[in-house]
Amino acid sequence: MGDFLQMLLGYINPYYLQIIVNIGIGIILALGLNVVTGLTGQLSLGHAAFMSIGAFTSAVLTIKFGMPFSINLILTGFITAGVAALIGLPILRLTGDYLAICTLGFAEIVKVVFLNLDITNRALGLTVPAPNTTIPIAVVVWIVVILTIVCVSFIHSSRFGRALMAVRGDEIAAEAMGINVTLYKVQSFALGAFIAGVGGGLYAHFMGYINPSDFGFLKSVDILSMVVLGGLGSITGSVIGATILSAAPEFLRFMASYRMLVYGGLLVGMMIFRPNGLMGGISFTGLVLRALGRKPHLKTIMEQKSSETSRSDNGDT
Amino acid sequence: MFFQQLINGIALGSTYALIALGYTMVYGIITLINFAHGEIYMVGAFVGLFATAILKVNFFIAMLIAMLVCVLLGVLVERIAYRPLRKSSRLSALISAIGVSIFLSTLAQMLFGANAKGYPEGVFPVKQITIGSAEISTLQLLIIAISATLMIALEFIVHKTKIGKAMRATSEDYNTAALMGINVNMVISFTFALGSALAAAGGVLVGLLFNAVSFNMGLMAGLKAFAAAVLGGIGSIPGAMLGGLLLGVTEVGGVALGFSSYRDAIAFAILVLVLLVKPTGLLGRKIQKKV
Repeated sequence: MGDFLQMLLGYINPYYLQIIVNIGIGIILALGLNVVTGLTGQLSLGHAAFMSIGAFTSAVLTIKFGMPFSINLILTGFITAGVAALIGLPILRLTGDYLAICTLGFAEIVKVVFLNLDITNRALGLTVPAPNTTIPIAVVVWIVVILTIVCVSFIHSSRFGRALMAVRGDEIAAEAMGINVTLYKVQSFALGAFIAGVGGGLYAHFMGYINPSDFGFLKSVDILSMVVLGGLGSITGSVIGATILSAAPEFLRFMASYRMLVYGGLLVGMMIFRPNGLMGGISFTGLVLRALGRKPHLKTIMEQKSSETSRSDNGDT
Repeated sequence: MFFQQLINGIALGSTYALIALGYTMVYGIITLINFAHGEIYMVGAFVGLFATAILKVNFFIAMLIAMLVCVLLGVLVERIAYRPLRKSSRLSALISAIGVSIFLSTLAQMLFGANAKGYPEGVFPVKQITIGSAEISTLQLLIIAISATLMIALEFIVHKTKIGKAMRATSEDYNTAALMGINVNMVISFTFALGSALAAAGGVLVGLLFNAVSFNMGLMAGLKAFAAAVLGGIGSIPGAMLGGLLLGVTEVGGVALGFSSYRDAIAFAILVLVLLVKPTGLLGRKIQKKV
């Protein structure tokens, strides 16, 4: 099985394979942040910190204990989620921009601590050996991507997900409805960190080398841009946003040094023309159902609504 | 020793405060975290460098030129990247600000190269003055004096002039201010202009202090200044000054105590700790929650 997959991957240009895997890791991270920022409405500017914790944890687990990769990834996820819950309990009392700067501060502290620890090899960074699995890592990444999409979709339509959306809508109103706001916020934070940790572990093993400086503020911003660009709270949006922003620097490579210049301009331009994100206010399942003719077209809904309102107007007079 | 570190800390902290004021004023008016502010500070440092190195002007004139250029830049950035987004969600404006920040720092890297540059020698004659056990350079005194002057000038503008009154009204309630006949767009442009001028002054002073100007100096300074603004209570002008000084002093103190490899973490650790005790910063207003 493993050899067969390896052979199949051999047909793909290694450069494209790397882009494809990077897109996959980007999607995982964006989906994780989407739970925290998109679904629960808590702005986090330090998501890369959890990716960093995940990457180093999983690297250390492989190097020191030679743990099987699947157990390693799951354990990494739980450790990262544990750290996030510990951090989240005190700081999630803060709201809005105070929370944002706290997560940013936390990320900077994590980076500096990793730069000073012996187990993370200080500023030199860690060289991570290839994971001991038979399935090639590129395939593992995309299996995790699909698993994440499925899990997050379930969460969106579950009781838990609806509670998170209630917290996003209005914390006080949600509390009045019997939702334990702090508990749900910490849970969503931990869940987002779990996904980020797994993403970090995959990143470490795919790249083969990690350095604390790779997970700085700019990485957090990268992930946040994916989520906002795609449309807050939209799973399809996060996937599309992550795909565009992970691939963009590669496709812009022909511009050499103008690359990041264009990237910056692109962010501004996209926000000005689609302020709610590419998929903001659009439901992907709705689109699919509509295309299949299972759901009335938007126009007909609007017409029905307007006729209803005019009817009720008549009733009032 | 203690006095020496205190002076070092105040000199560094007053430059943080200068940058933090820009964050806090913009936030107070349109609740936007202007992430491009750090890059404006960087541009200020570069303009000051070129004014002294190429135009060979006096240091003070160089600072004025830097402030002028940054005022134009700040207003331009607001016009292009933030004004179209004023009615949309705050996160979109935040991403737009980050886009501007990436754009400006890359542009600076392409134009000026990746290496750090120093101010030409003799721009400002540095002498050491010994007071008690401490050695204070005239440069540090200059930084403290200029920062203090600028902050007093800012207080004057905000509290004693008509445009300052308009700024305060707009930050109190954007829509009502507009209804009262205040030209809100003009007030916002003016706020960006003031903030950018202060950031440019900070950039020139820091460039002189560390004698290094580079394209990526805006990122960390911007983050720390933002931390200072939040520490003091974002939206509050005295809070930004207090937060900046506090961060500068603790950072220098931490380095003096031997935590120099944790330098960048100290500021953020203080910030997180203070916010846990006082969730809206030291001088921040209590947020009234309403349903």
